[in-house]
Amino acid sequence: MSRPTRAKTSFSPERRQSLALGARATLGSGLVALTSALGLGWANNTFAKDDPVEHMMTSGKLRSVSEMLAGVKEYEVRESQLKSEGIQLHLSILADNGNSVPLGVSVASPMTPQSHVTDIYLLSQRNPVLVMAHLQLGPWNGRAELNTRVRLAGSQKVFALARTNENLWLVDSADIIVTESACVDASS
Amino acid sequence: MNARLIWPKTIAAGDVIKVRLLIQHPMETGYLQDMTGHLIPRNVIQWIRCEYDGQEVFKAQTSSGIAANPFFEFYVRATVTALMVVTWFDDDGQTGELRQLMPVQS
Repeated sequence: MSRPTRAKTSFSPERRQSLALGARATLGSGLVALTSALGLGWANNTFAKDDPVEHMMTSGKLRSVSEMLAGVKEYEVRESQLKSEGIQLHLSILADNGNSVPLGVSVASPMTPQSHVTDIYLLSQRNPVLVMAHLQLGPWNGRAELNTRVRLAGSQKVFALARTNENLWLVDSADIIVTESACVDASS
Repeated sequence: MNARLIWPKTIAAGDVIKVRLLIQHPMETGYLQDMTGHLIPRNVIQWIRCEYDGQEVFKAQTSSGIAANPFFEFYVRATVTALMVVTWFDDDGQTGELRQLMPVQS
Protein backbone atom coordinates (compact mmCIF):
# COMPACT_ATOMS: atom_id res chain seq x y z
CA MET A 1 0.00 0.00 0.00
CA SER A 2 1.44 3.37 -0.95
CA ARG A 3 1.75 6.08 1.61
CA PRO A 4 -0.73 8.89 0.97
CA THR A 5 0.82 12.20 0.02
CA ARG A 6 -1.61 14.18 2.13
CA ALA A 7 0.09 17.10 3.87
CA LYS A 8 0.09 16.52 7.59
CA THR A 9 -0.09 20.17 8.56
CA SER A 10 -2.10 21.26 11.53
CA PHE A 11 -4.47 23.12 9.31
CA SER A 12 -5.23 20.41 6.79
CA PRO A 13 -8.90 20.56 5.91
CA GLU A 14 -9.65 17.05 7.15
CA ARG A 15 -8.12 17.74 10.53
CA ARG A 16 -9.91 20.98 10.87
CA GLN A 17 -13.19 19.38 9.98
CA SER A 18 -12.79 16.43 12.25
CA LEU A 19 -11.98 18.75 15.13
CA ALA A 20 -14.67 21.14 14.14
CA LEU A 21 -17.25 18.42 14.41
CA GLY A 22 -16.40 18.30 18.07
CA ALA A 23 -16.09 14.58 17.67
CA ARG A 24 -12.55 14.17 18.83
CA ALA A 25 -13.58 11.36 21.13
CA THR A 26 -15.40 9.33 18.53
CA LEU A 27 -14.39 10.33 15.05
CA GLY A 28 -10.88 11.32 16.11
CA SER A 29 -10.11 8.04 17.82
CA GLY A 30 -11.72 6.24 14.93
CA LEU A 31 -9.36 8.08 12.63
CA VAL A 32 -6.41 7.23 14.81
CA ALA A 33 -7.41 3.59 14.90
CA LEU A 34 -7.90 3.55 11.16
CA THR A 35 -4.63 5.27 10.34
CA SER A 36 -2.62 3.13 12.71
CA ALA A 37 -4.26 0.05 11.28
CA LEU A 38 -3.11 1.23 7.88
CA GLY A 39 0.38 1.51 9.20
CA LEU A 40 0.72 5.24 8.82
CA GLY A 41 2.17 5.65 12.28
CA TRP A 42 0.03 8.66 12.85
CA ALA A 43 -1.42 7.35 16.04
CA ASN A 44 -0.84 7.57 19.78
CA ASN A 45 -2.79 10.81 20.03
CA THR A 46 0.39 12.82 19.75
CA PHE A 47 -1.33 15.31 17.53
CA ALA A 48 -3.61 16.47 20.28
CA LYS A 49 -0.81 18.58 21.71
CA ASP A 50 1.11 21.27 19.81
CA ASP A 51 -1.76 21.64 17.45
CA PRO A 52 -2.89 25.25 16.99
CA VAL A 53 -6.38 24.25 15.96
CA GLU A 54 -6.74 21.88 18.87
CA HIS A 55 -5.35 24.50 21.20
CA MET A 56 -7.73 27.17 19.95
CA MET A 57 -10.74 24.99 20.49
CA THR A 58 -9.85 23.83 23.95
CA SER A 59 -8.14 26.93 25.25
CA GLY A 60 -9.16 28.02 28.68
CA LYS A 61 -9.62 25.80 31.66
CA LEU A 62 -13.08 24.52 32.41
CA ARG A 63 -14.33 26.06 35.61
CA SER A 64 -15.81 23.94 38.35
CA VAL A 65 -19.20 24.79 39.83
CA SER A 66 -17.66 26.24 42.98
CA GLU A 67 -15.31 28.40 40.95
CA MET A 68 -18.26 29.68 39.00
CA LEU A 69 -20.22 30.45 42.15
CA ALA A 70 -17.26 32.40 43.51
CA GLY A 71 -17.62 34.65 40.48
CA VAL A 72 -21.08 35.73 41.60
CA LYS A 73 -19.98 38.91 43.32
CA GLU A 74 -23.30 40.27 44.53
CA TYR A 75 -24.22 37.31 46.71
CA GLU A 76 -22.60 34.50 48.57
CA VAL A 77 -23.77 31.21 47.16
CA ARG A 78 -22.73 27.75 48.21
CA GLU A 79 -22.98 24.72 46.05
CA SER A 80 -25.25 23.03 48.60
CA GLN A 81 -27.80 25.83 48.16
CA LEU A 82 -28.39 25.07 44.51
CA LYS A 83 -31.59 23.37 43.43
CA SER A 84 -32.08 22.12 39.93
CA GLU A 85 -35.82 22.47 39.70
CA GLY A 86 -38.21 25.02 38.29
CA ILE A 87 -35.66 26.48 35.93
CA GLN A 88 -34.97 25.67 32.33
CA LEU A 89 -32.07 26.74 30.17
CA HIS A 90 -32.83 26.60 26.48
CA LEU A 91 -29.70 26.13 24.44
CA SER A 92 -29.07 24.22 21.24
CA ILE A 93 -26.76 21.21 21.29
CA LEU A 94 -24.49 22.52 18.58
CA ALA A 95 -23.49 26.03 17.58
CA ASP A 96 -21.64 26.55 14.33
CA ASN A 97 -20.32 29.86 15.54
CA GLY A 98 -19.68 30.91 19.10
CA ASN A 99 -20.09 34.58 18.28
CA SER A 100 -23.83 34.58 18.60
CA VAL A 101 -25.63 31.72 20.28
CA PRO A 102 -29.33 32.07 21.11
CA LEU A 103 -29.98 31.31 24.75
CA GLY A 104 -33.18 31.31 26.76
CA VAL A 105 -33.96 30.95 30.44
CA SER A 106 -37.37 30.39 31.94
CA VAL A 107 -38.10 30.05 35.62
CA ALA A 108 -41.37 28.69 36.98
CA SER A 109 -42.30 31.55 39.25
CA PRO A 110 -45.62 33.34 39.86
CA MET A 111 -43.70 36.65 39.83
CA THR A 112 -45.83 38.16 42.60
CA PRO A 113 -44.43 40.55 45.21
CA GLN A 114 -44.43 37.60 47.64
CA SER A 115 -42.59 35.22 45.35
CA HIS A 116 -40.50 36.31 42.42
CA VAL A 117 -37.16 35.94 40.73
CA THR A 118 -34.75 38.77 41.48
CA ASP A 119 -31.60 37.83 39.61
CA ILE A 120 -30.58 35.60 36.76
CA TYR A 121 -26.93 34.88 36.07
CA LEU A 122 -25.68 33.41 32.83
CA LEU A 123 -22.39 31.70 33.56
CA SER A 124 -19.89 30.22 31.19
CA GLN A 125 -17.48 27.46 32.08
CA ARG A 126 -14.83 28.43 29.56
CA ASN A 127 -15.22 32.08 28.54
CA PRO A 128 -12.51 34.49 29.68
CA VAL A 129 -15.26 36.40 31.46
CA LEU A 130 -17.26 34.08 33.66
CA VAL A 131 -20.48 36.07 34.03
CA MET A 132 -21.91 36.59 30.57
CA ALA A 133 -24.79 38.59 31.94
CA HIS A 134 -26.40 39.41 35.26
CA LEU A 135 -30.05 40.20 34.77
CA GLN A 136 -32.31 41.73 37.35
CA LEU A 137 -36.04 41.11 37.36
CA GLY A 138 -38.95 41.76 39.67
CA PRO A 139 -42.69 41.20 40.16
CA TRP A 140 -43.40 43.86 37.51
CA ASN A 141 -42.16 41.48 34.82
CA GLY A 142 -45.10 39.11 35.22
CA ARG A 143 -43.10 36.27 33.78
CA ALA A 144 -39.59 35.08 34.55
CA GLU A 145 -38.48 34.40 31.05
CA LEU A 146 -35.58 35.81 29.07
CA ASN A 147 -33.97 35.33 25.72
CA THR A 148 -30.68 36.69 24.53
CA ARG A 149 -27.68 35.86 22.39
CA VAL A 150 -24.36 35.00 23.96
CA ARG A 151 -20.76 34.48 22.92
CA LEU A 152 -19.07 31.20 23.74
CA ALA A 153 -15.37 30.40 23.65
CA GLY A 154 -15.57 26.75 22.71
CA SER A 155 -17.49 23.66 23.73
CA GLN A 156 -18.55 23.78 27.33
CA LYS A 157 -21.33 23.64 29.86
CA VAL A 158 -23.39 26.79 30.24
CA PHE A 159 -25.13 27.52 33.54
CA ALA A 160 -28.18 29.60 34.30
CA LEU A 161 -28.51 30.59 37.92
CA ALA A 162 -31.64 32.22 39.30
CA ARG A 163 -32.16 33.75 42.71
CA THR A 164 -35.62 34.22 44.17
CA ASN A 165 -36.62 36.81 46.74
CA GLU A 166 -36.66 34.00 49.33
CA ASN A 167 -32.96 33.48 48.58
CA LEU A 168 -33.53 30.18 46.84
CA TRP A 169 -30.97 29.44 44.18
CA LEU A 170 -32.11 27.52 41.12
CA VAL A 171 -29.71 26.19 38.55
CA ASP A 172 -29.87 24.55 35.18
CA SER A 173 -27.04 23.72 32.83
CA ALA A 174 -26.67 22.64 29.23
CA ASP A 175 -23.81 21.17 27.26
CA ILE A 176 -23.03 22.80 23.97
CA ILE A 177 -20.59 22.00 21.22
CA VAL A 178 -19.17 25.14 19.65
CA THR A 179 -17.45 24.59 16.33
CA GLU A 180 -15.83 27.99 16.13
CA SER A 181 -14.87 29.78 19.29
CA ALA A 182 -15.82 33.42 19.65
CA CYS A 183 -12.34 34.28 20.88
CA VAL A 184 -10.51 33.56 17.66
CA ASP A 185 -10.67 35.70 14.63
CA ALA A 186 -12.53 33.78 11.99
CA SER A 187 -11.21 36.05 9.27
CA SER A 188 -7.56 35.06 9.72
CA MET B 1 -25.93 54.28 18.65
CA ASN B 2 -29.21 52.92 17.51
CA ALA B 3 -31.64 50.73 19.34
CA ARG B 4 -35.00 49.26 18.72
CA LEU B 5 -37.87 48.21 20.98
CA ILE B 6 -40.60 45.94 19.73
CA TRP B 7 -43.81 44.90 21.47
CA PRO B 8 -47.25 43.63 20.39
CA LYS B 9 -49.42 45.92 18.26
CA THR B 10 -52.33 45.97 20.66
CA ILE B 11 -51.79 45.90 24.39
CA ALA B 12 -54.57 45.77 26.96
CA ALA B 13 -54.07 46.98 30.52
CA GLY B 14 -52.83 44.16 32.72
CA ASP B 15 -51.33 42.15 29.88
CA VAL B 16 -47.95 40.56 30.33
CA ILE B 17 -46.26 41.44 27.08
CA LYS B 18 -43.07 40.35 25.42
CA VAL B 19 -40.62 43.19 24.87
CA ARG B 20 -37.77 42.76 22.46
CA LEU B 21 -34.79 45.05 22.70
CA LEU B 22 -32.01 45.29 20.15
CA ILE B 23 -29.10 47.68 20.52
CA GLN B 24 -26.59 48.37 17.78
CA HIS B 25 -23.19 47.97 19.39
CA PRO B 26 -19.96 46.19 18.31
CA MET B 27 -19.34 44.66 21.78
CA GLU B 28 -15.60 44.40 21.10
CA THR B 29 -14.18 41.74 23.39
CA GLY B 30 -10.61 43.02 23.44
CA TYR B 31 -9.30 39.63 22.33
CA LEU B 32 -9.53 40.08 18.60
CA GLN B 33 -7.01 41.74 16.30
CA ASP B 34 -7.49 44.16 13.48
CA MET B 35 -5.99 43.74 10.00
CA THR B 36 -2.60 45.08 11.15
CA GLY B 37 -2.35 42.63 14.03
CA HIS B 38 -3.09 45.07 16.83
CA LEU B 39 -5.58 44.16 19.50
CA ILE B 40 -8.86 46.02 19.22
CA PRO B 41 -9.51 47.61 22.62
CA ARG B 42 -12.40 46.23 24.60
CA ASN B 43 -15.64 48.10 24.21
CA VAL B 44 -18.64 46.33 25.62
CA ILE B 45 -21.87 47.59 27.11
CA GLN B 46 -21.58 47.52 30.89
CA TRP B 47 -25.23 47.86 31.73
CA ILE B 48 -28.62 48.26 30.13
CA ARG B 49 -31.54 49.62 32.08
CA CYS B 50 -35.21 49.69 31.10
CA GLU B 51 -37.67 51.95 32.82
CA TYR B 52 -41.38 51.80 32.26
CA ASP B 53 -43.57 54.50 33.75
CA GLY B 54 -40.69 55.60 35.96
CA GLN B 55 -40.13 52.11 37.37
CA GLU B 56 -37.07 50.06 36.56
CA VAL B 57 -38.41 46.87 35.01
CA PHE B 58 -35.29 45.28 33.62
CA LYS B 59 -31.61 45.62 34.21
CA ALA B 60 -28.79 43.73 32.55
CA GLN B 61 -25.14 43.90 33.50
CA THR B 62 -23.41 42.61 30.43
CA SER B 63 -19.87 41.56 29.58
CA SER B 64 -17.98 40.39 26.54
CA GLY B 65 -20.04 37.21 26.85
CA ILE B 66 -22.97 38.90 25.14
CA ALA B 67 -23.01 38.84 21.36
CA ALA B 68 -22.47 41.94 19.23
CA ASN B 69 -25.65 43.95 18.82
CA PRO B 70 -27.10 42.84 22.14
CA PHE B 71 -30.56 41.38 21.96
CA PHE B 72 -32.79 40.88 24.96
CA GLU B 73 -36.29 39.56 25.14
CA PHE B 74 -38.14 39.95 28.42
CA TYR B 75 -41.66 40.31 29.75
CA VAL B 76 -43.34 43.21 31.42
CA ARG B 77 -46.80 43.81 32.80
CA ALA B 78 -48.37 46.73 30.92
CA THR B 79 -50.61 48.91 33.07
CA VAL B 80 -50.90 52.38 31.56
CA THR B 81 -49.81 54.19 28.42
CA ALA B 82 -46.32 55.27 29.41
CA LEU B 83 -42.81 55.79 28.18
CA MET B 84 -40.34 52.95 28.08
CA VAL B 85 -36.89 54.43 28.52
CA VAL B 86 -33.87 52.31 27.73
CA THR B 87 -30.43 53.56 28.72
CA TRP B 88 -27.05 51.90 28.39
CA PHE B 89 -23.42 52.65 29.09
CA ASP B 90 -20.30 51.21 27.47
CA ASP B 91 -16.54 50.99 28.11
CA ASP B 92 -15.94 53.98 25.85
CA GLY B 93 -17.93 56.05 28.32
CA GLN B 94 -20.72 56.54 25.86
CA THR B 95 -24.31 56.38 26.95
CA GLY B 96 -27.26 55.64 24.77
CA GLU B 97 -30.92 56.25 25.26
CA LEU B 98 -34.11 55.17 23.58
CA ARG B 99 -37.54 56.47 24.53
CA GLN B 100 -40.65 54.89 23.16
CA LEU B 101 -44.27 55.31 24.14
CA MET B 102 -46.10 52.10 24.94
CA PRO B 103 -49.76 52.53 24.03
CA VAL B 104 -52.06 50.60 26.37
CA GLN B 105 -55.78 50.29 25.74
CA SER B 106 -57.79 50.74 28.88
